[in-house]
Amino acid sequence: MKKYDTIIIGAGPAGLTAGIYLARAKRSVLIIDSGSAGGQMILTHKIANYPGVLDISGYELANNMKKQAKSFGCKILSSSDITKLDIAGKEKFIQVDGEDDFSADSVIIATGGEPRSLGLDSEKKFKGKGISYCATCDGDFFQDKDIVVIGGGNSALEEAVSLTKYASSVTIVHQFDHFQGYEHAIREAQDHPKIKIILESDVEEFIGDESLTSVRIKSNKDGSTQDLNVTGGFIFIGYIPRTSVFKDILDINNRGEILVDSDLKTNVKGVFAAGDVIEKKVRQVTTAVSDGSVAALGVIDFLNSH
Amino acid sequence: MLGTNLNHIESASSLEKTINENENVMVCCGRMGPMCLPVYDVMENLEDKYEDVKFFDMEFDNPEAAIIRNLPECRSFQGLPFVVYYKNGKVAKATSSIQNKDEVKAILNDKFGTPE
Ligand SMILES: Cc1cc2nc3c(=O)[nH]c(=O)nc-3n(C[C@H](O)[C@H](O)[C@H](O)COP(=O)(O)OP(=O)(O)OC[C@H]3O[C@@H](n4cnc5c(N)ncnc54)[C@H](O)[C@@H]3O)c2cc1C
Repeated sequence: MKKYDTIIIGAGPAGLTAGIYLARAKRSVLIIDSGSAGGQMILTHKIANYPGVLDISGYELANNMKKQAKSFGCKILSSSDITKLDIAGKEKFIQVDGEDDFSADSVIIATGGEPRSLGLDSEKKFKGKGISYCATCDGDFFQDKDIVVIGGGNSALEEAVSLTKYASSVTIVHQFDHFQGYEHAIREAQDHPKIKIILESDVEEFIGDESLTSVRIKSNKDGSTQDLNVTGGFIFIGYIPRTSVFKDILDINNRGEILVDSDLKTNVKGVFAAGDVIEKKVRQVTTAVSDGSVAALGVIDFLNSH
Repeated sequence: MLGTNLNHIESASSLEKTINENENVMVCCGRMGPMCLPVYDVMENLEDKYEDVKFFDMEFDNPEAAIIRNLPECRSFQGLPFVVYYKNGKVAKATSSIQNKDEVKAILNDKFGTPE
């Protein structure tokens, strides 16, 4: 079994930053990610609010962070699933992909968030055949088509506007009677001639044979339903923290966020948490990076004193 | 050419040659976008485990990629990447949009056999 000073779970900006700080402090670090290193950054077409970097694609920023972490000696395992987790005791044990066992004196959890899905069977059926989660990736398949965008936050509003480049009409369906986005984003969507808005409604079903042909919408006011003839459905209904594997070990609030103190320590000794996965208000690359450095410095203190 | 660590297919003729010379081939036809990158990553990670499968990418916007874009199996696809699994030169399975490692492994095991 290979032993590390620290195992970091999650290679988004929080996990990679923690790795950079720890490896530079000459600590041995393993970073495990069940998906791709970079986390939500790679879902981001352009990042324009990361100080010191004028304009960069999320993928490029992620790749730079990954290279930097590797250059200081972090070992990164991506597309690797944690199959056993025992982090309650002094020595922490983690098994990956049912075959590789690792141990460490400390753990940082930086598992971020994942897109919320509607949870409808018909959503799965039409994934890639009308249902999409990425306007920049799939927008051009819907040239001159009618489409629907589900959601009412900044992502939904901004992506709806960007999809008007391709689609002949974009209908935004949102469950509440008001949007939860920035004022300017709401105004831009409301004023756009190609955008229609249906509030206080939920998607009941996606309909079609081989690919999507319509969406059944149900009013939350009076329960009435209507079918919109659309060939595309883009879903942007927010992110949820990825903490289910830790729910029996760590203190987690009712939104699924990990509770930490100001040094980002969890209730378990030697286990820290950082980034979008913790209870906090602002979720950005800058705040994830900041958390990553705070957690790493906390871990260094912890390792020095134990 | 895509900036991945996979082997690249750049022409229809090289795709034909590859699928005729290799029993099991997986090709991910996409762009350097958020839905495609995780699939390339999964393929890079599975390359060592599935020694009997050849893994390739192909750039979606390369005109030569019409050989994949126009496959009957991809007719209803509206999400990147288009992933095609070839067995003995024939399409065994095709998927559209992002797939995670478990989904890719399930197809590889089903169509090409579980590695020892
Ligand atoms: C579409 C979009 C656009 C955005 N635009 C911006 C922007 O312009 N500017 C900005 O500052 N912020 C932006 N954000 C927010 C920003 O990307 C996040 O706040 C930031 O990525 C959070 O970093 P993180 O490291 O905490 O988590 P994440 O980036 O979510 O990374 C977590 C990582 O953990 C991995 N993981 C999860 N569970 C496990 C597990 N059980 N085992 C192993 N690995 C696991 C995941 O695969 C992932 O790689 C955007 C987000 C989205 C979705």
